[in-house]
Amino acid sequence: MNAATPPSRREFLKTGALVSGGLVIAFVVPGAGRFAVAQAPRVGPSFAPNAFLRVGSDDSVTVLLAHSEMGQGIWTALPMLIAEELDADWSKIKVEHAEAAPVYAHTVFGMQMTGGSTSTWSEFDRYRQAGATARALLVEAAARRFGVKSADCRTENGVVIAGARRARYGELVEAASSLRAPATVTLKDPKDWKIIGKPTKRLDTPEKITGRAQFGMDVHFPGLLTAVVARAPVFGGTVKSFDARQAMAVPGVRKVVQVPSGVAVVADHFWAAKLGRDALKISWDLGPNASLDSTALREEFRRLAGTEGAIAAQAGNVGDALGKAAKTVEAEYAVPYLAHAPMEPLNCTVRIGPGKCEIWTGTQFQTFDQRVAAQITGLKPEQVKIHTTFLGGGFGRRANPTADFVSLAVYVAKAAKAPVKTVWTREDDVRGGYYRPAYLHRARIGLGSDGLPVAWRHVLVGQSILVGTPFEPFGVKNGIDSASVEGVADSPYLKEIPNHRVDLHSPKTGIPVLWWRSVGHSHTAFVMESLIDELAQAAGKDPVEYRRALLKNHARHLGVLNLAVEEAGWGRRLPKGWARGVAVHESFGSFVAQVAEVSVEDGRIRVQRVVCAIDCGIAVNPEMIAAQMESGVAFGLSAALHSALHLKDGRVQESNFHDYPVLRLNEMPRVETHIVPSSEKPGGVGEVGVPPIAPAVANAVARLTGQRLRELPLRLNA
Amino acid sequence: MKLTINGADHQVDAPPDMPLLWVLRDMLRLTGTKFGCGVAQCGACTVHIDGAPRRSCVTPVSAAVGKAITTIEGLSPDGRHAVQRAWAELDVVQCGYCQSGQIMSAAALLAAKPEPTDADIDAAMTGNICRCGTYQRIRAAVHRAAALAKGGVS
Repeated sequence: MNAATPPSRREFLKTGALVSGGLVIAFVVPGAGRFAVAQAPRVGPSFAPNAFLRVGSDDSVTVLLAHSEMGQGIWTALPMLIAEELDADWSKIKVEHAEAAPVYAHTVFGMQMTGGSTSTWSEFDRYRQAGATARALLVEAAARRFGVKSADCRTENGVVIAGARRARYGELVEAASSLRAPATVTLKDPKDWKIIGKPTKRLDTPEKITGRAQFGMDVHFPGLLTAVVARAPVFGGTVKSFDARQAMAVPGVRKVVQVPSGVAVVADHFWAAKLGRDALKISWDLGPNASLDSTALREEFRRLAGTEGAIAAQAGNVGDALGKAAKTVEAEYAVPYLAHAPMEPLNCTVRIGPGKCEIWTGTQFQTFDQRVAAQITGLKPEQVKIHTTFLGGGFGRRANPTADFVSLAVYVAKAAKAPVKTVWTREDDVRGGYYRPAYLHRARIGLGSDGLPVAWRHVLVGQSILVGTPFEPFGVKNGIDSASVEGVADSPYLKEIPNHRVDLHSPKTGIPVLWWRSVGHSHTAFVMESLIDELAQAAGKDPVEYRRALLKNHARHLGVLNLAVEEAGWGRRLPKGWARGVAVHESFGSFVAQVAEVSVEDGRIRVQRVVCAIDCGIAVNPEMIAAQMESGVAFGLSAALHSALHLKDGRVQESNFHDYPVLRLNEMPRVETHIVPSSEKPGGVGEVGVPPIAPAVANAVARLTGQRLRELPLRLNA
Repeated sequence: MKLTINGADHQVDAPPDMPLLWVLRDMLRLTGTKFGCGVAQCGACTVHIDGAPRRSCVTPVSAAVGKAITTIEGLSPDGRHAVQRAWAELDVVQCGYCQSGQIMSAAALLAAKPEPTDADIDAAMTGNICRCGTYQRIRAAVHRAAALAKGGVS
């Protein structure tokens, strides 16, 4: 048995508390001096809503999520952690997004957020402890009722049992609420797990297949108006003047108000607001970015790649070693700006009242949203109440340190002096910035006489995501944004190469950038794993054998590589006109290898099958891990095969799915997922399926056609 | 004008060229039908009009007058249409935002072709984008729904 050690004893569970007929497991707010209880709607302002679960007298167990459900399955995984330790009846589990409050802060990052593929591992102890503590209180209550010792009780499926006596959890909530929680709880030995590790179906399916699920877009209450905002056609542009007469003439339009980033048309419904916006006449001051051009930026990046940058990694003497190498390989790789394009366009509903601001939205970044809304309204953060809805996709776009879509909506509601839902059109979303930054890589690699690399010189050029954000102190050291070079500077290949140097240039462009599912790994895996295949080819070696030689000291990389190639039947014959490619990459604490089987049909790359192996440590919900690997492959293939943004005269050229295409059903390969059994601590899952797919496909294409494609999206030469 | 939605008549006061999507969502509060692109590129807004799948974001409300409109809310009385059961069985959904449209497209396909081939599924479902990439499970679930319906259990 494992004795759990809470991260901070002062913050640990102290007691149960009875609220509205249920047992609440409460965590003490440090320094608050009194016990906090769940469910803010019924508690006063001196209480913080800081509980993780509630047992109802109806036997229900309501799990409060500190993280946002955006498709990744946390709505199911966190309840699994609690239910495991609570020995809950799984059919009685209910789930709610928690409100924004300090107690729900991320256990590592210290703010309430969902991102970085961290939710499961960062909550692995906290949610299990919450469940174990609830169980201990219920057992103690039952033991007193039965007149036996706690140790003589066991729990099963929502019932405490002692000999012939049984008590349902719901019968015990009142008695349990008066008990003092133990200072520590003992967590189950993994061999006794009944829920963790079992493929478990999603708990949010019923509402999502009937149209009942509430996304931000679906929020409604009497008096709520809808706004569509005209923003400058160029990043950073501002309104010089506007004429709202024709917009106001549209039936249903109520108000036209100016906000810092544009002009909002506020109407009874979306359609009137949109027609009103179309009718606005606005004169813009375009500002300094009106000549931005992605082709010119590429040339500037290329020029920078030929100069020395900030050093992200260095060993030995790369110049000397390159000079002595038996053979050198030199290559330039590039990836474009990308929009996240979640299916639910950005939106946010705001109601400002005396001493209070309420926000309904699907967000990954409650703490930042709360702070920004407080600044705009002149309230304190705790006076800003955030109702997190389901997210119609996030992929990082709904995790913005500037809280852009929330701040816009707060400004609109404030200016309109009315509750307003601000809705982005798809065009607003695609052209709204906060993109995956474009990157250019240049590498020069020297091979020894055995064909293995002896020197690796690598330069990356692309915008920093973290500089200028509150994450800068954590993620930027000596001019190096770790999110720019992750996957290169910490590459297992480079660790084995005695002479290497990685330089980074982080030019500022005026284009807002943001993390996009898998962040830096979205380009570094493409470049590194393509390069490894280029080296294998130069050395005349099989790409799998070549990787095995390079990764011989990296057991978990090797583990997924070997599992993927074995399951894929690497080396076995394929249909004529098909080829395989492989890639392996570590990100977010997990290791993924993918083998892609690819053909070319009518000059178009067609991915037929992807065999995916993942080592994410303890696999909490294998069902969700498989789903996330399928999801990561699809998301990565959109970037590998289709999507790119271009700027000309400061204007983003693409606008909607006709010119910003993404993967569709007819292009979806068969994806097979294999999970490496592991007792290592859990790693990330949501993003880690994305990085290897582009290089796996590019490597297959190179093998099939002889064309080494070094730019995304991959485009075959005619 | 009068609309017949999920078997019930509704009187709405909307401009005739207003897209059916926004009448459903913003006037009748049938928010299961989703806005994704506004230009019939993503399929999130798919409803049935006289049984055929239609993109409500580009369908003027006037074009739906006198016809039978079915939305996700009216696909089945209890959420147990064969397509919905197959979706649950195969754990299709992720974020879920596109799934109303996916399910409506799949239900229309199965109504027209009770035993669709993969090519039929490609033709019927490629207009529905899912950014979470649930396509593999959607394909399997359409086949499963066909089997469920054929088994007379739908």
